[in-house]
Amino acid sequence: MNLRRDVFQALADPTRRAILLLVASQSMTAGAIASNFDTARPTVSKHLQILTECELLEQEQNGREIYYHINAKKMKEAADFIEPFRTMWEDRFNKLEAVMKKNKK
Amino acid sequence: MEQKTKINAEDGKQELVITREFDLPVELLFKAHTEPEIVEQWMGTKVLKLESKKHGSYQFETTDAKGNKHGFNGVIHEFSPNRKITRTFEMENTPFGVQLEFYEFERLTDDTSKLTMQILYKSVAQRDQVLQLPFAQGLNMAHNRLQEAARKLIR
Repeated sequence: MNLRRDVFQALADPTRRAILLLVASQSMTAGAIASNFDTARPTVSKHLQILTECELLEQEQNGREIYYHINAKKMKEAADFIEPFRTMWEDRFNKLEAVMKKNKK
Repeated sequence: MEQKTKINAEDGKQELVITREFDLPVELLFKAHTEPEIVEQWMGTKVLKLESKKHGSYQFETTDAKGNKHGFNGVIHEFSPNRKITRTFEMENTPFGVQLEFYEFERLTDDTSKLTMQILYKSVAQRDQVLQLPFAQGLNMAHNRLQEAARKLIR
C-alpha cells in the first residue's frame, strides 16, 4: 500500500514525469538526463533517487557508468492505480442503466 | 471491450472528471439521480433523505459486510432538471472532508445521454486518498474472504 502511494506521489511531479518520458525511449546516465533540464544537477539526482526508490526507474551498471531505465511493470501498476475506483463507478452506472431500462416500460 | 466509464484524474490536480454515456434518454438518466428508491437501487445505499431541489439536502447510509454503518451527506446548490446538479458530498467520520460535485446531464439522441461528473477536492492529497479508497476496500474484502475461508477450515 505504501509503495503504491509512493509511486503515485512520484508521478505527481512534472519534472519526474519528464524524466520518465525521457528515459522511456532509451537508458541514460544521470549526467545525460540532467543535461536535458535547467534544474541543478543535485535536484535531478534527488528526482532520480525518488524514482528509483519507488521502482519506477531501475539502475544498471555498465562499466563505470550507471544507466537508468524504466521499469515497465511498475509503470503499468501505477496506471492501474485508478482502476478499482473506475470499476466501482462502472458497476454503479451499469446498474443505473439496467434499473432505468426496467422502469421505462 | 471499450470501457464505458472514463475517469480523468490529472496528476497534481485536486479534481477528477468521470464521464459515461448511457443507453437512456436524458430524462431517465436525470430521474435516476433524483428519486430516492431509484438511487438506492443503483448506488447500493440506503437513502435516509433526498430533497431534490435547490438548497435541498440529502443523507445516505450504507452498511458494510461487518455490519458497520457509514453515513454520507451533502447539500444541493443547483438543481436544473435534465441539465445539472451541483452538490456537496461528505463521508461522515472520515478525514476526507467535503467535496464539491458538478453533475452535467446531456442529451445525445432521443435514447442516449451523457453524464459528466466533475469532483473537486480540498487538496491533491485528499483526492488521491479518495481515489485509493476502493483499492483499500478491495484489500479488506479479500481479507474478509480469507477470514471466512479460514473459519470454515477450523470447523
